[in-house]
Amino acid sequence: MSLTRQDVEKIAHLARLSITEQEMPVYVTSLSSIVEFVDALSRVHTGDVLPMAHPLDGQQQRLRADVVTESDHHEKFQANAPAVQAGLYVVPRVIE
Amino acid sequence: MMTDWEVVIGLEIHAQLATKSKIFSGSATTYGAPPNVQADLVDLAYPGVLPVLNGEAVRMAVKFGLSIGAEVARRSVFARKNYFYPDLPKGYQISQYELPVVKQGKLAVMLDDGTVKTIGVTRAHLEEDAGKSLHEGLANASGIDLNRAGTPLLEIVSEPDMRSAKEAVAYMKKIHTLVRYLEICDGNMQEGSFRCDANVSVRPRGREKFGTRAEIKNLNSFRFVEKAIHYEVARQVDLLESGGTVLQETRLYDSDKDETRSMRSKEEANDYRYFPDPDLLPVHIDEEFIEAVRATLPELPDEKAARFAQDFSLSTYDAGVLSASRELGAYFESVVAALGAGHAKLAANWVMGELASALNRDNVDIVFSRVSPKYLSDLLLRIVDATISGKIAKEVFEAMWSEGKTADAIIEAKGLKQITDSGAIEGVIDAVMAANPKQLADYRSGKDKLFGFFVGQVMKATEGKANPGQLNELLKAKLGSS
Repeated sequence: MSLTRQDVEKIAHLARLSITEQEMPVYVTSLSSIVEFVDALSRVHTGDVLPMAHPLDGQQQRLRADVVTESDHHEKFQANAPAVQAGLYVVPRVIE
Repeated sequence: MMTDWEVVIGLEIHAQLATKSKIFSGSATTYGAPPNVQADLVDLAYPGVLPVLNGEAVRMAVKFGLSIGAEVARRSVFARKNYFYPDLPKGYQISQYELPVVKQGKLAVMLDDGTVKTIGVTRAHLEEDAGKSLHEGLANASGIDLNRAGTPLLEIVSEPDMRSAKEAVAYMKKIHTLVRYLEICDGNMQEGSFRCDANVSVRPRGREKFGTRAEIKNLNSFRFVEKAIHYEVARQVDLLESGGTVLQETRLYDSDKDETRSMRSKEEANDYRYFPDPDLLPVHIDEEFIEAVRATLPELPDEKAARFAQDFSLSTYDAGVLSASRELGAYFESVVAALGAGHAKLAANWVMGELASALNRDNVDIVFSRVSPKYLSDLLLRIVDATISGKIAKEVFEAMWSEGKTADAIIEAKGLKQITDSGAIEGVIDAVMAANPKQLADYRSGKDKLFGFFVGQVMKATEGKANPGQLNELLKAKLGSS
């Protein structure tokens, strides 16, 4: 399966990536060959193989006890943020 | 010809699980903390951090599954739901997609007319909540509070089984009752602990194929659910009858304007590219775990209602109201215990009547009722032993409510004790008859309706304290013997 330019534009939009005009053909070709590479799997007969969600599926997911272990370090964390006001992380306006 | 439209509704209810810590981190989940003090490195999506699943959240989800007779998945998988929004620092929400922890179940819901309808629950899955975006007080910017990010949610997805806004509200109320019974969610809708999305479509009655649905997001009160569905149904019917088509889209209910409107930004983001989260192993739940959870199941609302109806000879409706919450049920039962099961109907009437309206009026939770079960049963005992009439009891109740005193203290202080001395009542009757010769003559010449007039006069003269049963009897005898 090869991807069209529209496919790549949509994927880039969903991933919030901006791709220049010059880069576009490279992405179309490279992404297509990656998808084709993975497509090889569909030629393998997998009808009797259970889908595997995780390579360590045989192991138990460890469950954590419901205990509060973390304390407030927001000042330290917010020192890394570009903008902070009244304890809030400030971002460009988002509103419905 | 007008088309007869059938409404089809499915609900996705988000119940915030009442854990102390978050679903994948050790941050606290306390409501109302200052911004961002309960958001740790995992919640903030710092590089290199890993989620660790909170066992209590899993236990709560299983508890819910067992309560609706659903199969609990022996193996469930967390998946990443990918989208970009500032209140979601990871760029994906950890949820469950193909393999949820709770599979198909069902719930019986009683409608206003007393009929019972079974609503299918397609699934319930665990997921994390996002943070909160705030827009006030910031010029051209939004503020992000990530305290809520990572709070455990149980998303309960219904089948499209509801056919009216009323049915949808009845179902939502039932789930609300259930999660509080199970003590897995505090049900606080103002704080957003319990909210829902409604999928609404219409189709000509008789047609099998569903119409195109719109999804109304984030409804956080029963009233809004009802109003939003009404608005949305009318909008879709208008659209279809004027030759238009309904778009499959996400809409927002604006309670100020009482309308729904399109959330265009969410449309293009609809491709969530789910895939299994490699940071989390599939969750395996064994028989032992399930049975341990089953052992913690309380008496469920339907079981309690059935027991109330059976043991106390209450109507299905009364039994349903009194079992609407564990606290209300417990209150009612302690009143009945003090009065004896023979007086359960009296207790039911008072709990659903005077008590409920006082709680409602002053917006007090039954747990903090100013009249305790003991005080109420003491009051009702005074009706049972004929110390006071039911009517006077209401006056006593109001005084108990505002003064916090016992019934006996108020009856004593206000001199409300019922007059049960026949001689005394007869004396008053004689005086009333002597003072109203015209009415007496009219009554005796056949105006039976005047009986009520005499009752009223005697009650007035005794300030309502004459025993009503005795008064009736004595009055009948006196008026009849000319």
